[in-house]
Amino acid sequence: MLHCTAPNLETPLIRKAIVTPAKSDTPDMPFPPRLELSGICKSYPAVVANDNVSLTVARGEIHAVLGENGAGKSTLMKIIFGAVKPDAGTVRWNGADVHVANPQDARKLGIAMVFQHFSLFDTLTVAENIALGLAADVNMAELAEQIRQTGKNYGLELEPHRHVHTLSVGERQRVEIVRALLTKPQLLILDEPTSVLTPQAVQKLFVTLRQISAEGCSILYISHKLDEIRELCHSATVMRGGKVTGHCDPAQETAASLSRLMIGAEPEQEEETEPHAPGELRLQIKHLSLPRAHAFATPLDGITLDLCSGEIVGIAGVSGNGQQELLAALSGEDRRAKPAMITLKGKPVGHLGPNARRALGQSLVPEERLGRGAVPEMSLTDNMLLSHQRAPFVVNGMIQFKHAIQAAADIISRFRVKASGPAALAKSLSGGNLQKFIVGREIVRKPDVFVVAQPTWGVDVGAAAQIHHEIRLLKEAGCAVLVISEELDELFHLCDRLHVIAKGRLSPSISNQEATREQIGLWMSGLWDKDGNAAGVATGELASA
Amino acid sequence: MENLAALVAASINSGTPLLIAALGLLINERAGVLNLGAEGMMLVAAIAGFAVGYQTHSPLLGFAAGAVAGMLMSSLFAWLALVLATNQVATGLALSIFGAGLSAFIGQSFVGMSLTIKPTPIPYLSELPFVGVALFSHHWIVYFSLFLCAAIIWFLYRTRAGLVLRSIGESPESAHALGYPVRSIRFAALLFGGACCGVAGAYLSLVYTPMWVEGLVAGRGWIALALTTFATWRPARVLLGALLFGSVTILQFHFQAIGIAIPSQILSMLPYVATIVVLVLISRNPDWIRLNMPASLGKPFRPG
Amino acid sequence: MRKLPHVALPFRLELRAVPSRNMAYFSPVLALALTLFFGALLFLALGKNPLTGLQVFLLEPIRSWAAISELLLKTTPLVLCALGLSICYRANVWNIGAEGQLIAGGIAAGSVILMFDNGSPVLPGGMVLVLASLAGVLGGALWAGITALLRDRFNANEILVSLMLTYIAQLLLMYMVNGPLKDPHGMNFPQSRVFSPEFLLPPLFAGSRLHIGFAVMLIASAVMTVFVYRSFAGYRLTVGGLAPLAARYAGFSSRRALWTSLLISGGFAGIAGAFEVTGPIGQVLPSISPGYGFAAIIVAFVGRLNPIGTIFGGLILSLFYLGGEMAQSRLGLPSAITGLFQGMLLFLLLACDTLINYRLRWTSPAHAQS
Repeated sequence: MLHCTAPNLETPLIRKAIVTPAKSDTPDMPFPPRLELSGICKSYPAVVANDNVSLTVARGEIHAVLGENGAGKSTLMKIIFGAVKPDAGTVRWNGADVHVANPQDARKLGIAMVFQHFSLFDTLTVAENIALGLAADVNMAELAEQIRQTGKNYGLELEPHRHVHTLSVGERQRVEIVRALLTKPQLLILDEPTSVLTPQAVQKLFVTLRQISAEGCSILYISHKLDEIRELCHSATVMRGGKVTGHCDPAQETAASLSRLMIGAEPEQEEETEPHAPGELRLQIKHLSLPRAHAFATPLDGITLDLCSGEIVGIAGVSGNGQQELLAALSGEDRRAKPAMITLKGKPVGHLGPNARRALGQSLVPEERLGRGAVPEMSLTDNMLLSHQRAPFVVNGMIQFKHAIQAAADIISRFRVKASGPAALAKSLSGGNLQKFIVGREIVRKPDVFVVAQPTWGVDVGAAAQIHHEIRLLKEAGCAVLVISEELDELFHLCDRLHVIAKGRLSPSISNQEATREQIGLWMSGLWDKDGNAAGVATGELASA
Repeated sequence: MENLAALVAASINSGTPLLIAALGLLINERAGVLNLGAEGMMLVAAIAGFAVGYQTHSPLLGFAAGAVAGMLMSSLFAWLALVLATNQVATGLALSIFGAGLSAFIGQSFVGMSLTIKPTPIPYLSELPFVGVALFSHHWIVYFSLFLCAAIIWFLYRTRAGLVLRSIGESPESAHALGYPVRSIRFAALLFGGACCGVAGAYLSLVYTPMWVEGLVAGRGWIALALTTFATWRPARVLLGALLFGSVTILQFHFQAIGIAIPSQILSMLPYVATIVVLVLISRNPDWIRLNMPASLGKPFRPG
Repeated sequence: MRKLPHVALPFRLELRAVPSRNMAYFSPVLALALTLFFGALLFLALGKNPLTGLQVFLLEPIRSWAAISELLLKTTPLVLCALGLSICYRANVWNIGAEGQLIAGGIAAGSVILMFDNGSPVLPGGMVLVLASLAGVLGGALWAGITALLRDRFNANEILVSLMLTYIAQLLLMYMVNGPLKDPHGMNFPQSRVFSPEFLLPPLFAGSRLHIGFAVMLIASAVMTVFVYRSFAGYRLTVGGLAPLAARYAGFSSRRALWTSLLISGGFAGIAGAFEVTGPIGQVLPSISPGYGFAAIIVAFVGRLNPIGTIFGGLILSLFYLGGEMAQSRLGLPSAITGLFQGMLLFLLLACDTLINYRLRWTSPAHAQS
C-alpha cells in the first residue's frame, strides 16, 4: 500500500485520500487499464529510441515516466499521441487494441498532451489558442465562459481575451492544460511540466493534478526530478537508453534506488563546494536598467551584482524573467547600457562589444548551443574562431588553420568530447558533447571572469557532472564565475552565493547555507524587500510565476 | 471635373491588378509562405490569358486561362518549397526568371496583336455625374476585386478556416502538433495566390493594355509583394495601397499631359520610387513588423 | 480546414546525419542533365528533332575558336557579377539588383569615356580606360550602397529595394541615351557616340573580341577564393549568413557584413558593366545587358557560391545565351528560349539540392506516413 513520505514539506500528502487506482492484474476489478503498451519498438537512422517498451497505466492513476535526457521518453509519448508510428508493438486502450494514426485519432480516443515546448500562437488570444485545439464547430462565446469556469474549478485562472504573448510562462502552461482539459481527456500526458514553475507554483500544480486524477482521468507524468515523482506519482516506469529498466512505486523507493534504475549507478556524490575567501572584485553591475529591446522582451530594472575572484555566484529564476536580456548586456551583444553600469576589472564596459570584453578576460557560454554558441553546419575547428579571434589563430587577417585544428583537438581530448575529430560538424555532436566542447573552448582562454547560462540543460548526467567539476576547478584557480540557471538543484550544488531574477529585477544575494527552496521560491515571484527577507505572504496562493 | 473623374477611373483601373495580386500574396504570406515568383506568375498568366482570349474571342475564358496558368506556376513553387523544403527566396526567384523566359517564349508569336474589350458599366449608377464615370463604369473584374477584398476580410477574421490559416503562419510547428495538415493548407494557400496573380496578369493583357508586349507586367508582381508588406498583411490596407499605387502610376501620364517638363523616363520611375518609399516608411518601426508579420514567413517547415 | 487530406506521397525524404559533400558537387551536374532532358522534350513539342535541337543549342557555339572566344567573352560579365553575388548570398544578403548595378557602372564608365573622347587627347587611352573602369566600380557600388543604406537605416527588405532600383536604373539609362549622352550627330537615335578606338578595351588575342576584362575576371576569381576560404573577413561573412546569432555572440557586426557584401557586389557588377560598354559594345546604348545581372544569380547558385565554381556556372550560362542565338538563326525558334533554359536550370538545381541534405526513400502506400 501507499506510504506517507517526504517529511520535509509542511503540506501533508493527500494522495491516500483518493480512490485506489485499479490494477489490471486483478481480474475482478471493474476497469481495464486505461493504457497498455506492449513491446513498442522505434528506431531512427542513428539511434534506437525505444526498445521493447511496455507500460501500463490504470484508470485515475498518476504514472511517472522517469529517465534522463535521451532515454526515449519523448519518442514514447509521441507514439502514444500519434505523432510518430512505432516500428513494432501494440497499444491497448481501455482493454481494446487501437491504432493511433495521428494526433486527431489520439484526441478522439481521449488522449491529451501538454508538451514541454508549448504549441501556442503568440499573436492570438487565449480563447483562439484553445479553440484551435478543439473540434471545428466550437462556439467562441460559449468557449470563453467555459475557459473561465474550468479555470476556476481547477485553480488555473485565465482571461480568455488576452493575447498569449502578454502571458508569463506559467500562465502559458495554464492555457495548455485548460486546452487539454476541455477535450475531456481520459489520459493526460505532461512532459516536464515543472521546469518553468517556482516551487510554490509546483505545489499548486500538484493540487490540480490530484483533482484531475481523482475524477478518473489518468496522468502520464514525464520528468527527471526524483523528488517530485516521489511526492506526486502512484507508480513509475523507469527508462534508460531506450529500454525499460524497471516499474516501481516511487514512494517506496529512495532517490538512490531510483537513480540506480535511471542511470545505472548511484548519483555521483557531488563534491561539496569549498568555501573560499573571495578575492578582488572582477565584475560589477551597478543599477543596470534597460528598456525592452522589442515588443516581447523584458525590461531590466536596477540590477546590482558584485562578483569576486574565487567564488561562484548563481542567478536563479524562472525562464522569461530577464535572464536573456541580462546575458545580452553582459556579453556585449546589447550595448545600450551606460559604460559605468557594467565594469570588468574596474574598467567600464557597458557600451563595449563582445570582443572588447573578451580582451579584458571575460568568457561567456550562451544558453543556446546550436545557433549561438556554435554554428551547426561548421566544423569544430571553424567554431573555435568564434571566440578565438587573435594571434595565433588569426594573423594579419588570415586564418591559421593548423593552429585552430590543434586547439580543437586539444579540447576534444582534455574534456573527453565524443566527436570524430576537429573536422566533425557541430550539429553531429550530442547535446552533452557539444556543451562540453563549448565550455572547454571558453575555459582554455584562461578567463578572469566566466559567465555561463544553463550549463547543463539537456545534457546527460555524466557530462553534467564533468561540466560542474570544470567550473569548480575554475573557481579554485581564482576565476570569478557567474552561473545563470533555471535548475535550482544545480545552483545549490555549485554556488557560494545566490541571487534571484524576477520580472527584470535582481534580488539581494544570499549565501548557499542560508538559502532554502521556499525562500528562493518566494523570491522567484518577486517578493523580497530591501533586507532580503521574503515580503510577507504565507506559503500557498501566490502571484503567478 | 471631367478630367478628374477620368483620372479617378484610370487610377482604379490601374490599381486593380495590384489589388488582386496582392490579396492572393497576402493569403500566401498569412500562411507563412513567401512566394517571390509573383512577377513570373503574372507574366505567364498574361500571355496565357491573352492567347486564349484572342483565339476564343472570349475574355472570360482568357481570365480562366490566366487563373489556371497562375495555379500551375504556383504549384511548381509549392512542390519545391513545401515538399522538398527548398529555400523559399531562391525558389521564388527561380519562378520569376522561369516565368519571364516562358512568357517571352510563348509571347513571341503574339507580339503586336491586340484585342478590344468593352467595359461593363453598372446601369443607372454609371449615369451619375462624376461618380458615374469614376466608379461605376469599369470592367466587371474591378467590381470583383472589391468583392474579393471583402471576402478575404471575412474569411481571415470570421471563419474557423481563416483562424487556422493565421495560426499556421504564426507557428507551423504548433499547428502541426495540434494535428493540422500544415503542408496541405499551405499548398491550398499557394494555389489561391497563384490564381489571384493569374487573374491579375490576365487583366493586364486583356483589359488594361489589351495587347501583348514583352515586359507588359513591368514589375507589378514585385510591387504587389511590397504592397502586402506595406499593408502589414491586412486586406483593407491592401485596398488602400493599391489605390495609392494606381494613382501614382497614372500621375506620370498626367504630368506629361499637362506639360510638366520632366523627361518621360524619369516620370516612369515614379511607381518604383514610390515602392521604395513605402517600404522604408513601413519597415522603420521594427515593433510594427514583429507584431504584424506572420512569424514563420519564409522559413521552411519540415514536419517530424 | 480539417477536411483537407493528409496527402501520402510515394516517397519520403529522410534527413541525412551529415550533409553529403558528393551531392553538393553532383547536384549541378544532375540539374544540367535534367535541364537538357526537358529541353529535348521542348524541342520535340515545337516540332523539331530533339537531338538536332540540343546539338545546335550546345555544340554549335563551341565549334570553332571564334565561337569559343565568344563564349569566354560572355562569361566575363556573368562571372564578375556572380563573384559579387556569391559573397552577398553567403552573408544571407539577397541582392537581386546586380543588373541595375551593372547598368549604373556602365553609365558611369560610358560618361567618363565620352568626357575624354572629344578629339583633343588630354590623357592617353589606357589611363582613360582605367579611370572609366574605376568609375564603373564606383557607380555600381554606389547603386548597391543605396540598397545597403535603406536596409541599414530603415530595415527595408533588400530584395524589393534592389529590384526596384534595377527598374529605375534601366529607365535612367534610357534617359541618358535620350538626353545627356546622346550623339549629336546620330540622327536623333537614342544612343551615344561610338567610342574612338583608343578608348576601347584592348583585345587579348588578335582577331578576337576577347578583351582584358577576361583576365581581370580570372584574377578576381583567384582573389575571391582566398578571401572566402582563408581570410577572417570571409569567415565573418559566412558565419553571419549561416547563424546570425552566433555571429552576434562572436562580436561580428551584421551592419559591417551588410555594407561589405553589398559594396563588393555592386563594385563587381559595376566593373562588369564598364567592361561591356568599353569592350564589345563600344558605346552607350539603351540596353547594355541581355539580363546578365539576373543570369548571374543562377551562375552563383550553380557555382555553389564558390568563386571557382562560378567560372563553370558562367560557362554553362554563357553557352545558353549563345545556344539561344543559334537556335534562333538555325532552327527558327524564338530567342527567348535562352530565358526558358536558364529558369529551368535554376529550378532543377534547387530541386536536386534537396538531395544534399536528404536521402530519397521510396515507400509503398502501406508505409506512407501522413
